[in-house]
Order: sequence, then C-alpha cells, then structure tokens
Amino acid sequence: MTRIELTVDGARVSDDVEPRMLLVHYLREKLGKTGTVIGCDTSNCGACTVHLDGRSVKSCNVLAVQADGAEVTTIEGLAATAGTDGHLHKVQEAFHECHALQCGFCTPGMIMQSVDLLNDNPNPTEEEIRLGIEGNLCRCTGYHNIVRAVQTAAGTGGAQ
Amino acid sequence: MTAVQDSAQETSTTEIGRDRRRKEDQRLITGRTRWTDNITLPGMLHLAMVRSPYAHAKITSIDTSAAQQATNVVAVYTGADLDESAGVLINAWPITPDQKTPNHPPIPADRVTFAGEIVACVVARSAAEARDAAELVDVEYEELPAALDLKEAVAADQSNGVLAHPDLGTNKSAFWKFDSAEAGTGGDVEEAIAKARNDGVLIEREYRQQRLIPAFMEPRSVVVDPTGEQLTMWSATQIPHILRFALAATTGVPESKIRVIAPDVGGGFGGKLQVTPEEWTAWWVARQLGKPVKYTETRSESLMAGHHGRDQWQKLTLAAEKDGTVTGLKVELTADLGSYVSLVGGGVPVLGAFMFNAIYKFPAYQFTCQTVLTNKTWTDAYRGAGRPEATFAIERLMDELANELGVDPLEVREKNWIRHEEFPFTTVAGLEYDSGNYEAATEKAKEHFGYDELRAEQQRRRDSNDPVQLGIGVSTFTEMCGLAPSRVLGSLDYGAGGWEHASVRMLATGKVEVVVGVSPHGQGHETAFSQIVADRLGVPFEDVEILHGDTQISHKGLDTYGSRSLVVGGEALVRAADKVIEKAKPYAAHMLEANPDDIEFQAGRLGVKGTDQSVALTEIATAAFASHDYPEGLEPGIDAEATYDPVNFNFPHGTHLCAVEVDTETGQVKMRKYTCVDDIGNVINPLIVEGQVHGGLVQGIAQALWEEAVHDESGTLVSASFVDYLVPTAADTISFDVDHNSTASLTNTLGTKGVGEAGTIASTPAVVNAVVDALRPFGVHDVQMPCTPERVWKAVHAGDGGGTTEAAAPHFDAATGETGQTDRSAGADDPGAPEEGAGA
Amino acid sequence: MIPAKFDYAAPTSVEEALGLLAEHGDDAKVLAGGQSLLPVLRMRLNAPEMVVDIGRIDALKGITDDGSTVTIGAMTPYYEILANDTVRTSCGLLHKAITEVADPQIRHRGTLGGALVHADPAGDCGAPVLAMDAELVITGSGGERTVAAADFFEDLFTTAVGEDELLTAIRVPKYDGWGSHYEKFVRVAHQWPIVAVAAQVKVDGGTISEARIGLTNMGSTPLRATGVEQALAGKEATEAAVREACDRAAEGTNPPSDLNGDADYRKHLATVLTRRAVLAAAGAQTG
Repeated sequence: MTRIELTVDGARVSDDVEPRMLLVHYLREKLGKTGTVIGCDTSNCGACTVHLDGRSVKSCNVLAVQADGAEVTTIEGLAATAGTDGHLHKVQEAFHECHALQCGFCTPGMIMQSVDLLNDNPNPTEEEIRLGIEGNLCRCTGYHNIVRAVQTAAGTGGAQ
Repeated sequence: MTAVQDSAQETSTTEIGRDRRRKEDQRLITGRTRWTDNITLPGMLHLAMVRSPYAHAKITSIDTSAAQQATNVVAVYTGADLDESAGVLINAWPITPDQKTPNHPPIPADRVTFAGEIVACVVARSAAEARDAAELVDVEYEELPAALDLKEAVAADQSNGVLAHPDLGTNKSAFWKFDSAEAGTGGDVEEAIAKARNDGVLIEREYRQQRLIPAFMEPRSVVVDPTGEQLTMWSATQIPHILRFALAATTGVPESKIRVIAPDVGGGFGGKLQVTPEEWTAWWVARQLGKPVKYTETRSESLMAGHHGRDQWQKLTLAAEKDGTVTGLKVELTADLGSYVSLVGGGVPVLGAFMFNAIYKFPAYQFTCQTVLTNKTWTDAYRGAGRPEATFAIERLMDELANELGVDPLEVREKNWIRHEEFPFTTVAGLEYDSGNYEAATEKAKEHFGYDELRAEQQRRRDSNDPVQLGIGVSTFTEMCGLAPSRVLGSLDYGAGGWEHASVRMLATGKVEVVVGVSPHGQGHETAFSQIVADRLGVPFEDVEILHGDTQISHKGLDTYGSRSLVVGGEALVRAADKVIEKAKPYAAHMLEANPDDIEFQAGRLGVKGTDQSVALTEIATAAFASHDYPEGLEPGIDAEATYDPVNFNFPHGTHLCAVEVDTETGQVKMRKYTCVDDIGNVINPLIVEGQVHGGLVQGIAQALWEEAVHDESGTLVSASFVDYLVPTAADTISFDVDHNSTASLTNTLGTKGVGEAGTIASTPAVVNAVVDALRPFGVHDVQMPCTPERVWKAVHAGDGGGTTEAAAPHFDAATGETGQTDRSAGADDPGAPEEGAGA
Repeated sequence: MIPAKFDYAAPTSVEEALGLLAEHGDDAKVLAGGQSLLPVLRMRLNAPEMVVDIGRIDALKGITDDGSTVTIGAMTPYYEILANDTVRTSCGLLHKAITEVADPQIRHRGTLGGALVHADPAGDCGAPVLAMDAELVITGSGGERTVAAADFFEDLFTTAVGEDELLTAIRVPKYDGWGSHYEKFVRVAHQWPIVAVAAQVKVDGGTISEARIGLTNMGSTPLRATGVEQALAGKEATEAAVREACDRAAEGTNPPSDLNGDADYRKHLATVLTRRAVLAAAGAQTG
C-alpha cells in the first residue's frame, strides 16, 4: 500500500492504495465518484476522462499513485470547480441544449474533453472540434450534436 | 374545489412536435447516474470469469485449488458445480418445429464451443482479487476441430467436415422459407427468372453481411442481491421483463419472488436484448452464497462474449424486364448463429424475410434461409436485426439493375416503387403498408443534396481521370417496426407476444406518475412520453414523471427493441390516458352536478357542454384521493392502465443520398455529404428524432466502411478490443443533412412511426452504392464490407471488386512486445474466404 | 482491466532510478508517461514485479535550445513539445508527427522518451527522429552515452537502451529552412498508423537539394527510405520527378500484414504516401 494525498473536485483526500490501482478505480471505488465511468480496457474510448492538474487525461491510463499531490476534477466537480455558482458548466448546458447525449455513458468523458479542448482553443473550427474529441467514442449520437454542443459552448456556431 | 371559467380555446397539442430538451439529461451530464456497475451493497462479492481461449475444445480437467486458497477468495465454481437451479439460456424463437437448438448452460461442464465461453468463475471480496485468482485456475483442454467458416459449416455433416456440436450430427439449425406463390401473395419466382433469362435482365449477386459487434458504450454489468425473501437483479439490459420471465422459467424461482431492475443503461442496439451466461452465473452464485454478487465485464470480454450481429451470405437473383420493371426476386440466405441459438437469434433473418421487396411492387418473391451453427460467438439482434440485411441486398441490387440498364439509380427505383396513391398496399411478402410517400421524400432529398450538381462533378472527375473519384449512393428504404402484432408473432412461432403496457396514476398533488413497460437505454422515453401525456391530459410537461425499468414498479411489459417503444408503448400510454379521462367524467359530473353524458374534456379540464362550468382533471384526482364524496357505485380513483396489442407493423421509409470521395491511389473512402429525408409519420420530439437518425446513420456507415468482427484460423476473435474493432470517432464522420417528410401512420392514434433503426437500415447500402458508383469506370461491381482502403484499392486494380483483406492480426497483442507475439504476419483469415476456416 | 500486483517506486533522481533498475533487473519495468504501458498492464499482457515511475524526476523534463540542436528531456510530455516554438520552427517534422500521436488526452500524459523506448514500429515518433538523425542520450550506472537514431531501434519493441539504463534525452538537430510533412494513413482516427511517412526536404530554387524520409510501420523498426532520399537529391520539386523517385519507397521494407492490409498493400501505400509527404514538404503543387 502506498499513501497518496490529492485534491479531488476541490476536496483534499488521502488514502492508502495498492500501487496497481488505476485512478479511475480510485475515483469510483474509494471516493464514490461514479460519474466517471469505464468503457474499455485499451484507452480508446475516453469515457473515463478527467482533468489532472488542469489537463484532460484518461483516468484508466493513470495509476492512483501517479496522481499523488495532484488536483483532479471529475464531471461531478466540474461546475463547482469552474465557479459557476451552483449552475451547470457552459459545456454541460450546451450538451443538454443541443441534445448531445442519448444513453449518456460517454457523456462525462466527452464533456471533460470538450472543456479541455475549449480551454486550449476557445474558438475551434468544426474540424478542430472533431479532432479534439477523437479520443472519445460515442455510439449513440453519431457525434453530430456533440460537435454542435461544443460549437454552442464556444459561441462559434449554433445548433443546427 | 372551484368550477372556474374555461378561459382559452387552447389547442390540445402544445407539447407534441416540440423540441423539448430531455428530462434525462440532468443526471447524465453531472455524473449523478446509476449504472449497474455503480451499485455497491454491503458484503457484496465480485465475480471474475475464466474464459476459454479455444473455439472448440473438451475440458479435460480444471484445477481450482490454487484459486480457492488465494486471499479473500470465497468460492470457485466450474460447470460441473452447477445444478438444476442454475437454469439454462433460452431460445425464445424456434423458427421451425425441427430447429436444432443446442443446450446452453451458463457454464458448460465438458465442452466449450466458442473462444470466450465461460469455463469457471471466481468469487472474491474484491474485483481485483477475483481477477487475480482467476489467473490461478488451471484448465486443461483437448482442442477439437472448430467449425468456423459459414459456407464450409453448412456443407458439413457427420462424415465430412467439422461440426460445431458433433452430437447434433449437423451444423444446420433451421431452414425457413417464404414463397409468394405458395402463400398466395404473388407469382412464381422461378417463372419470372426463366423469363428474364430469355428475354429480360437478370441480376445475380452474392453479398456478404459481415459479422458486427453492437459495441454499446456501457459494458454489461449485473448485480444480484439474494438478501431476504425476494431476489433482486440489476442488469444493464434492454429487457428487464423478459429477463425476469426467463429466470423464473429456467431456474425455478417464481416470478413473484424476482425483481429485475434495469437502472441507467448505457446503450444496447440489440446487444442487450439477451439473456446471458453472465447473468445466470451471477444469479446462481448469489443464491449459492446468500450474498450480493456483482459482475462487470471488461470491454474485451464484451466484444468476445456479448452476442454479435449480422453474419450472413446472401445469394440473390433479381429478374426484370428490359425496361427496368422488376418481375421477381429470389433470396437465399445462409446465416451464422455462432455456437448457440440465442434468445431471438434464429429469428433475425426471418425479420428480414418480409423486407427484401422493400418499397417495390414485385410480383413474385421467394425467400429461404438456412441458419447454421459454428464455433464462434453467438449472434443475435443488432440495430435493425434482419431489416438492414434485407435493405442492403435490395438497394444494392436496384443499383446493379440501373447500371445494367444504363439509367439513373433513382429512375429504376421510381419505376418499381409503390406510388403514394396506391396505399394501403399489400406487398408480395404479405404485409399491408398503411402509408407512405416515396416520391415526396425522394424529391426533397434530391433538392437538399444537390443531386444534379454532384452528378455533374462526378462526370468532371471521371473525364479528367481525377485520382479522387466521386461516388453517389442511393438508398430508398422502408422497414417494418413496432414489434409486433402478437398473432403474427404466434404464426412465426415466437415464444411471446408483442403487446405493450402502460399505466397512468393521477396523484393527489396533481402530479402524474406514468409507468411504462418499455425499457429505455438512451432513447429519451422520459421526455417524449411526458410530452404525450401532457397533451393527452392537459397537464404541464414538468408534472409528468415516467417510471420504467423495474419489474416491481412496472409489473407488465415487453421492453425495448425493434423500434417499438413509441408506436406500441406510446399507443398503450395514449389509451391509458384516455381511460383516465373516461374515469374522471362521472366524477366531474358529480362535482359539477351535471349529467355524465354532458361532460366533455378539453385542455386538462372537464366541463359541462354549453356552459362555463368545469373542473380540472388534477382537481378530480385530488378529490378522488380524499374520496369524501364520490359518485355512488364507483371505485375511488381515476388511475387507469392499458395493454395494447398492435394490429399491424409500422413502416417508416426514407430516401438517403450519400456522396463519397474515393482516393483511387490508396483506396481511402471519405464521406463528403449525406442527406436523408425520412418519413416517420408524426413527430413527438424533433430533437430526439434527429438524434436517433444521426446515431443510426453512423452505425450503418460504420458497417459499410469500418467495422468487422474477424476471427483467425483458430477461431480467436482478432478484433477483440477497440484497437482493432473500429468504432468510428468524431474525426471520421461528418455533419449530416437530416430532414423529414410526414405521412401519418394509420396504425396508431398519434400517427407515429418508429425511428430507432431507420438510420442504420438505410445508410449501409447508400454508402456502399456510393463507393461502387465511384468505381464503376474501373469495372467494379462490388466491394465487400467493410469497404476498407485495401479492399477498395484492390477492387480498383482487379476491376472486379474481388479484393479482400486476407491477413488477420491484432495490433494490440503485437504491441506488447514481451508477450512474444511478435509475428504480425501470422494468421490469415477472411470470414468469407472458402479456403480458410475449419479443419485443422 | 485491473493490473496484476506490483511494487512501485517513484525515484526523484536519475541516479536513484538507475539504482532501482540495477537492483530489480528484468523484474522491473520503467513507467514513463504510461500511455502504452498501462494498457499492457491492465490487459495483464505483462506483469512486472516492480514498476519504476520516472515521472517525478524533474531533470528528465524540459526543452533546451542548444544552438544547432534542441534537447528534449525524455519525460517531456507531448503537449509541452507541441507548445514549444523552437521545436515548431526548427524541428517542424517532429512537431508535425507529434500532433498526430493518438489523441489529446494521451498527448497530455505520453512522453517522447517513453514512446521511443517502447519502440512500437507503428508509433509516430520513431520515423521523424530517425529521419532527422537525432541523437539519443542514454544514461547508465557508468554514465551517459549517445546513440545515433540509426543505431537506436534494434527490433520490434527493442532499442539500444539496456535493462539497467534510461533514455534521458533526445537531441534533435535543427532544420531551419527545410520543409516538412508527416503523412499518416489510418482507417479511423484513433488507430495506430497503417503506414506513415515522415519527410523533410530542403528546396533551393525549385530543386530538392536534400531529402530525409522516415517510414512508420514498414518493418520491425522505423526505417529510412534511403533509396528515395538519394533519388530525390538534385531533382526538381515537381510532381513527376517526385513521383518517380518515390516509387522506390518500399525498397528494403518488410511491412506487417494485419486486419488493415497486407504487406503488398502497405508497400504500395508507402510509395503514394511518400510522394504526398515529399510534395507537401516541398510546398509543391500536387495533381
């Protein structure tokens, strides 16, 4: 067991973990942050995307011990961390507004990646959006409305 | 209670047709969800499965001692440990009385029949420890020859070739036939073919429907809690009600003691329309140990052991006159069931049997299908189930006919389709199409698409020998959905009915609680059904709550598949709501001191005809709750329920036009433009409908271009991870031009048609037609799906479309280095290549 | 989805890391960015007893401009390399190849050093590093040694880095004034390249004076298309001339056959993609 201390969604947490524990398992099983989900075992699907020290990562591809000392934001803390005063983050709003989710399983990861994309590039083109979320698989929406949602959140083109 | 003036002449349809944002979204976009894998119960144990690496083998011994002794391991079970109470997996649709249906235990005791089949399970206090101990289970196998290639398997018998289940003496499971001459719905197809051979046009083709994997995003998960008198199963399933029935029927526990809950379910696409060995194993283990048990599959397990879809060879003969009028269609299918006949697997091709004639007025039709057992993962429904296969075949054939005649593909379709004034139309397959307007949808689609301009560009590229050629694909599809009239299912030997149930509870506070028997997993039922109820009862959208997916709350239902939720479940809901109003009328009469015959309902209020006296339905609900003063002879309450059995299927249709750019130097196909105009009747929520179409399109396009479940020559699934099973990303797809045209369906009160499968059914042939169209100048008539760059490039160079990918090796295993699997050129397989496959 | 158990150490200096590697020998596995290693551990395709996480060694991170070369610390994540102006302007080929690595999340964690030592022939970084004649700095208990890229990749997943050594830095020569292009061919975006071509050319007055071309996934290691390089030297940067030279792109290659294409198809692709990469690098008109 290794002792880790980190900040998750604004709260300081500390636990003894097995070195082999993945960050996503730590979030789900130790902290009950089940909003972050697991969709594959090869890091292709991106469903487990969270922010680690402000940048998007696939939390299945990070050991919990590697996150020692880091700041993690999950879908559950996104709005509060962004200081939206109890409201949704603008990307969450846009996903709702543009019907960018159906079953919703990929949605937490898709939203977290979209937020990262807009942090990096506040005015992306459609192509930049599509490439920016290429590490996140969705099986329901055909991506059409996800692209619209990111455009809407960016203010670079509306729902269609 | 006050009778107030009925102020406004409100229309009763303020919600239907509105693009309401979804009620479901809030929890999903904030991560406050209840996926099955999120469920944790006190003392819960975790299951890990030991799976066969062999496609076909005898289990000669299993040593579980090391696993049993591992830390925190509670039990290890093999197939030999299972008793009768473990039950079996059922086939609900034996398509013929003599169908060969292998026994399907949750864990086989002596012989594995596909790579990935469970041979043992480990129960431990944590998922990690269960997985660790699973590695310690030592299974010895005696490998048996595996029946892998579909065409070889169908030809095999006891003395020749390889049998998937040697005890059955054959790989042939069932042979199913429809003939229009025998059924009295049309002429003799052989006559039509003979005539066309002499003096007409005959198109003979063989198409491959490759094996696909539903690949829902949420891996399957099951939790069983045996605590107390009742057994509860949470499962990531599309079918909680059917699951409860099957558990009761096969494990001896009465239904009344079983509660099945489908909590938030992350997609299904038919892939969760199944009763699974994993569910049955978790159920049995939980009962053995008296403790809650959870099993969640990994993605690799999901791809390997969750059921697959499609996998057919289609032999097709289309007879036509020289002017393009089709005179007959003959379809001979061979369908790969995999190693078991799954819940409705044998019936999937039969669902397609009625759809090969599509929107056309063919005078003669014959369909036969041979279902075949092989040593591969079992197959069953995948989005569209039978209808995509049929639509692909006929829409590809119509393009081939147009090419043969040298006319535009739309022209040959128009010559043969049912004209809008000809509805209702009884087809050569015996179905009555109630409504449609193929002309209108096509006209609109052509306009949106810029059909003529793109044809002109195509010509320019051809003339200039542009290395990037443009192809235009057409698909004018229809499908039968809204499964299904129970009497029809009965005539097809299906094991259940096709009705649906709903109940409407008028709560004391004025809110409305609706319970439905259909079980959504992403479709937006909570929103769309709220809109229907809000309109029907004149209550605010926000005041309606839809409950579903829990057999204790929703005691009656047949779940969600086959685009049935709205057209069957929605109709049950309409009827239940109408009953509420009828039940409220005597209450209103009593409260308003009027004659019940004089009460009329409008916009949420019941009033006395010709007066301004009325009472709100919600006020009646409150009064009925108190029941201090209600009409003599009535029961307290105005809640109502309805069970609806559809009288017919439902026939959405549409025209899909696709433009692709084909790089003839590399074979790469790039989507350029996609336009579709679907006719799905009246629309409850346009936003949700468009979302269904977008997603459906990409799944259909993915069959055309990217996805294929490939096995190597030993029967191992090569595409067993998302590294090799190529689900497309946002970067591979484009924005779609989606519109609709509406002719109201006559089969249900709301005039709606199903939409869940439309995009998938229509898009596959549109894309392949476009690819082939681009390559016509090279003499190409077909490219086998998926149209990989390699296949396309080889087709360009062979000029016959015969190119196929022969080599199979996953990237992922090769990428590990240390595993010793360093030879990427090892192995060669094409599921269709007759020289490969069984034997060894 | 759950790795087998392992012990874990997170040294903060190269020396400490080397000590751990010496101590544990082939029971140890170095964890760099982890974007290739963690999937392997999760699938239990490898189960080291000791994982040495070098992610906390600050000395292995960062980019310095040394005048004629740029030195990239082995543990510098991709996204930091992409953000570096000197790399973009003077080592454009490497920059362009890295933009094509996996996806943004992977580029936030993955490192150039980790990818090079992993030595997947389908990895995007080997071909540009090879084509650019970069030098790899390897540190062992005996000190530093420098290996030319041409000698670094030994075989499938095998490099010149010994069991008890670490790749500590990558020295990339500057190619100011060169044109570059990374042409990657995939079926879907999240795939490893089926074939990719890293090309940079120096064009003087419409003539290609020098070309450097690396091939991804055309053999068990990244390869140089030396035949094409030679054929291009002195040729006009025209479509016809480049096409002729690039027909030699598959010479000496031994590509794999897999689901995405057989070896012959890959050889064909290499010629087309090389031509396209060279023309794009030369800024020439295609068509």
